[in-house]
Amino acid sequence: MESGFLHVGLSHYLTVSAMMFTLGIFGIFLNRKNLIVIMMSIELMLLAVNINLVAFSSFLNDLAGQVFTMLVLTVAAAEAAIGLAIVVVFYRNRRSIEVEDINQMKG
Amino acid sequence: MTYYLAIFLPLLGAFVAGFFGRVIGDRGAHIVTCLGVGIAALCSIPIFSEVALGGKDQVLPVATWLTSGTFEANWALRFDTLSAVMVMTVTCVSTLIHIYAVGYMHHDDSQPRFMAYLSLFTFAMLMLVTADNLVQLFFGWEGVGVVSYLLIGFWYKKPSACAAAIKAFVVNRVGDFGFLLGIFGIYVLFDAVGFDVIFQAAPAKADASVHFFSRDWHAMTIICLLLFVGAMGKSAQLFLHTWLPDAMEGPTPVSALIHAATMVTAGVFLVARMSPLFELAPDALTVVTLIGASTAFFAATIGCVQNDIKRIIAYSTCSQLGYMFFACGVSAYQAGIFHLMTHAWFKALLFLSAGSVIHAMSDEQDIRKMGGIWKKIPFTYTVMWIGSLALAGIPFFAGYYSKDMIIEAAYGSGSAAGRLAFILGLAAAFMTAFYSWRLLFLTFHGKPRADHHTMEHVHESPLIMTIPLGGLALGALFAGYLGHEHFVGEGRAEFWREAIGMRAGHDAIELAHHVPGWVVASPLVVSFSGILLAYFLYIRRTDLPAKIAGAFPGVYQFLLNKWYFDEVYDFILTKNVFRFGKWFWKGGDTFIIDGYGPDGLSALVTRAAKRLGAVQSGYLYHYAFAMIVGIAVFVTWFVAGRAG
Repeated sequence: MESGFLHVGLSHYLTVSAMMFTLGIFGIFLNRKNLIVIMMSIELMLLAVNINLVAFSSFLNDLAGQVFTMLVLTVAAAEAAIGLAIVVVFYRNRRSIEVEDINQMKG
Repeated sequence: MTYYLAIFLPLLGAFVAGFFGRVIGDRGAHIVTCLGVGIAALCSIPIFSEVALGGKDQVLPVATWLTSGTFEANWALRFDTLSAVMVMTVTCVSTLIHIYAVGYMHHDDSQPRFMAYLSLFTFAMLMLVTADNLVQLFFGWEGVGVVSYLLIGFWYKKPSACAAAIKAFVVNRVGDFGFLLGIFGIYVLFDAVGFDVIFQAAPAKADASVHFFSRDWHAMTIICLLLFVGAMGKSAQLFLHTWLPDAMEGPTPVSALIHAATMVTAGVFLVARMSPLFELAPDALTVVTLIGASTAFFAATIGCVQNDIKRIIAYSTCSQLGYMFFACGVSAYQAGIFHLMTHAWFKALLFLSAGSVIHAMSDEQDIRKMGGIWKKIPFTYTVMWIGSLALAGIPFFAGYYSKDMIIEAAYGSGSAAGRLAFILGLAAAFMTAFYSWRLLFLTFHGKPRADHHTMEHVHESPLIMTIPLGGLALGALFAGYLGHEHFVGEGRAEFWREAIGMRAGHDAIELAHHVPGWVVASPLVVSFSGILLAYFLYIRRTDLPAKIAGAFPGVYQFLLNKWYFDEVYDFILTKNVFRFGKWFWKGGDTFIIDGYGPDGLSALVTRAAKRLGAVQSGYLYHYAFAMIVGIAVFVTWFVAGRAG
């Protein structure tokens, strides 16, 4: 575990995951174009969380984190499927998936 | 059973006619209400003979009403001579008036309501007279007040009727306030409201005093005066009389039943019922005498110049109530109640025959526009004579026995107030005879002053109206003769027993029997001279009344405007109360309560909701952002909470 000019440790993983999470957040509310981009951003955030989980799992020698990651991946796949399906239906109904156009949820 | 039937059948009639009037129709409402009071009247006769003549006083329980600590008030029917007399008078007169009303109101389109009110009134009045405690009496008292309000405003489309109804209610409220205070006072003093308890404890409390406004007052006088204020309101005595003439806005049967025969006499009944207390408060009795005598005189003066046939009789009622009160004031309660009873018959008769005249004259009420109709409606003319003769106290008619007894008792009492009442009573008797015959002569004699069209339509009323008139005429003829022996004659001690309280050794009726001969003769003399004067002025020299009125315009206007009582009250009270009320309405209610209460709150909610609503932009990414921030906040809170 020594040698190599680059030692990749826990903090690197956490940094990467935090950056990905932040990218995801900004992806959601700086994005004005496409609904799919929002879904991708959500996916990005989930992956960031996964990296976090795996990193801690390895660091703490506790497999529970990795098991949990598998669970999250499964759920994320299902969520993506449902989400895309909703987007398709939405597109059929309104002929657009522009985020700017989706403002029907006023109370 | 008879006892309960007599009291509750009118209630049943009112209930059925009032709530199912549309189902059973006009005819059904007539039948059910007339039957209700009719059977009650039939029941009242055995009750009268059993209780009053047979001497079987009793108290019949109905239900428990209020029990709270030492305070107890139950529904019960108290039958002693006083209530038996009242029950009989009320139910009999009421029955005849019910029947009359069927004929009189046959054009009206809400007859079931009218009949239901009449029956409900009868029930409330019966509750009042058979009450066993002051609280139940107050229930009946308010009950008749409410029905009186409803019936005065029966033709609620007429603004004047609504105004009169409100006036009656408000003026009565002033009296009721006094009455309530009196009841409170009695409860404070005796710790009870039941009559038996109060009357038994009364002599021991004769000198009790209450501390009030940093002074000691004679408790009994205070209580009696307060009760009398209540009686003044209900019985339209001077200062609180202004509602009674206006109450004539109601249909004529109402005027006859409520504002002449029964309800207005409730005050007299109250004073008689509370006589054991009044006897312990001589000062209060003096006040009763003075107010009664002034009312008798004052109302009679107004009656002499009025032109509305019903108003003349209304003022006459007011005046006769004054007689009853000063009778009570000089301790001759028996005479007061006797007059109450006879008065109920002949005054109801007068009102109903006035109604018959109005009916015949196509709803004309102004006697200046009548005249010369006696040949066309001879029956009404006859019974009106009978009623007037009874009212004026001409021998052997009902009023003769009771009114003369009152005037003699006033003289016989020997007190200064009694003497004053005697003089005022004589003056009022003179005027009574005068205005009664003025009414008769102007209405029935002389040249017809109505237009040709009306005169052609003058007709005798149908049988359903004339039969009750006949019944009441019989009462006006014989009630005095039949009753005087028991009410005020030799048999009175046995007749009244405990129902009327008297000071030991002070029998006002006994004193009245020993007045000088000229006192006995004087009412008769003044009555006949009143009739003669009316004959002279309105038959012989018909040009004179206008000349007299022209010669004393001040006096005439003063009397015509009813001593300017309404105007003075309006100036002193009504206007200021209105101003005060308006101030509270605008400043207190509209500005403060509404402004900061309901209206203010709802405006605040609307404003806040608008602000909050702006947050909901509808854009998906706003919601997503809100969710993320929310999660961040929760996580922070959770983690920080853990750490702390």
